[in-house]
Amino acid sequence: MAAAIKTRSIEAFGGGERGQAGAAPERTEIAIRGVGHTYRPARGRPVKALETISLEVKEREFVALLGPSGCGKSTLLYLIGGFLPVEEGKILIDGQPVAGPGPDRGIVFQHFALFPWKTVLKNVVYGLEKKGVAREERVRRAREFIDLVGLSGFEDSYPSQLSGGMKQRAAIARTLAIDPAILLMDEPFGSLDAQTRSLMQSELLRIWQRSRKTVVFVTHDVQEAVYLAERIVVMSARPGRVKEILSVGLDRNDPGLLRSRPFAEMVDHVWSLVRSEAIRAERGGGT
Amino acid sequence: MALDKTEGEAGGGHKGAPFALAFGGGGIGSPFLRGLWRYTPIFLLALLWEGATRLGLVSHLTLPPLDRVFAAWWGLFSSGDLIRNAAVSLSRTAAGLALAVLCGTLLGVFMASSKWVRTTFDPLVQAIYPMPKSALIPILVLWLGFGSASKIVLIFLGCMLPVTLSAFNGARGTEEVLVWSGRSLGASKARVLLEIVLPSALPEILSGIRIALAFAFVLLVASELIAARAGLGYMIGWLGDGGVYDAMFAVVLTVALLGFAADRAFLLLMRRFLRWRG
Ligand SMILES: Nc1ncnc2c1ncn2[C@@H]1O[C@H](COP(=O)(O)OP(=O)(O)O)[C@@H](O)[C@H]1O
Ligand SMILES: [Mg+2]
Repeated sequence: MAAAIKTRSIEAFGGGERGQAGAAPERTEIAIRGVGHTYRPARGRPVKALETISLEVKEREFVALLGPSGCGKSTLLYLIGGFLPVEEGKILIDGQPVAGPGPDRGIVFQHFALFPWKTVLKNVVYGLEKKGVAREERVRRAREFIDLVGLSGFEDSYPSQLSGGMKQRAAIARTLAIDPAILLMDEPFGSLDAQTRSLMQSELLRIWQRSRKTVVFVTHDVQEAVYLAERIVVMSARPGRVKEILSVGLDRNDPGLLRSRPFAEMVDHVWSLVRSEAIRAERGGGT
Repeated sequence: MALDKTEGEAGGGHKGAPFALAFGGGGIGSPFLRGLWRYTPIFLLALLWEGATRLGLVSHLTLPPLDRVFAAWWGLFSSGDLIRNAAVSLSRTAAGLALAVLCGTLLGVFMASSKWVRTTFDPLVQAIYPMPKSALIPILVLWLGFGSASKIVLIFLGCMLPVTLSAFNGARGTEEVLVWSGRSLGASKARVLLEIVLPSALPEILSGIRIALAFAFVLLVASELIAARAGLGYMIGWLGDGGVYDAMFAVVLTVALLGFAADRAFLLLMRRFLRWRG
């Protein structure tokens, strides 16, 4: 499958570019101010997942949320996405408080969340239909994105007929197709094999560089965070807090980057920050 | 998970295969022959019936011989009586069931998605669900008369709740992330209900409808037996009262066959609708 992934960038992104160079690139797109979140399950004790998170994401920035599993990365993404109510603190998108989900913030869920009763093509077409794209145009666009993620030939397959990695790529195509200003990705490459993963990573970078979306990318993979993100937010074990924010500042267009000294040093440095939290998480987190 | 059971039963063509093989059915190729093979016990029962009555082991008044039943069936069929009454019965069943599916699905989905609707209707549903609907037959006849209206309303009442409950459970079981996906792809809340909650509840709704289908036949025959002027149930009662037992058995067998055929047809439809489950 991996070999099928196209390495060209997609033309459809041309239409989605917002504000050309010079149009205030420093604008804050996502402002998170003192946000906390406590899950209150119907049965059992409340779970404090996040505590006093403050973070600003600039327009067109690529930020990675990095932390051990269970530290609240998904929760934070859900809050930004408007899927969970912001009960503590504030989250502003372009200055407006989040009020529910919307197509301005596309999300790729950790477990794909494809519509199982729709084929791959129909899944990808769905968001375009909601956007009011004309029928022929939306099928054409959907096919382009399916091609982009290397799923050509599987347009008429149902999710139940796909492998985990293929489902994930279909979900990515579905989200990219609606061309959201903000891209929220929850460990989107988690279930891909190593080769496909690295192809998808460079494809994501290419897409981001071309369309300059704002990306919030959740991962627990240090290498991935260092390779993809401009800034890395290292989170502490539960309850999740911002432990440190690092600027990466590597040249990602350098083909030898992954084997370079600065890259290895950055990975080591980030690892040392994450390791202690991972150990704390292993021992049952901060509660 | 409960649905997997239904699917297991639904696997007539597929899952029947190991059975056929185990019984040396390797040579049985076509699905049609395999289907026939599967119903061998029924043929044996028919044979037993014919044999027992022919040999005088059972009185003809208790159980008329099968060939006489077939002859009586042919008589009813060629006179048009059977078809006319079957048409009446089937249209009553279809109307009652269709209403039940429509209202039950709507109510179930709305109960799952709105707290307000749930608190209003839940006590009602709880109270009515265990009630034997056949007890309503005299009341409905009193209110609506001997015609089709009382049968249709009875079937509607009896079939609606199983559909409501399955739609409710199915809709409640909708994965949160699917709803979130829909919303973040730009669907309104109403659209999400129609385009995401409903299809994801579909497997449960369909198995609820299958249960309702069986109820529908029970209620149909019961209500036609008690108070009607047409329909298969009415024929059974009338022929039985007149002592025409071979014809009565013929109609009983017809009802059984119709119920069976309806269930099989519904299973086929169900499998078609749920192809995506792979
Ligand atoms: N619906 C929920 N109800 C109760 N606790 C939850 C729920 N979802 C997540 N949690 C808990 O909140 C914490 C953070 O979860 P999550 O955001 O999924 O972490 P991550 O994505 O970093 O692995 C975890 O300890 C998890 O068990
Ligand atoms: Mg997560």
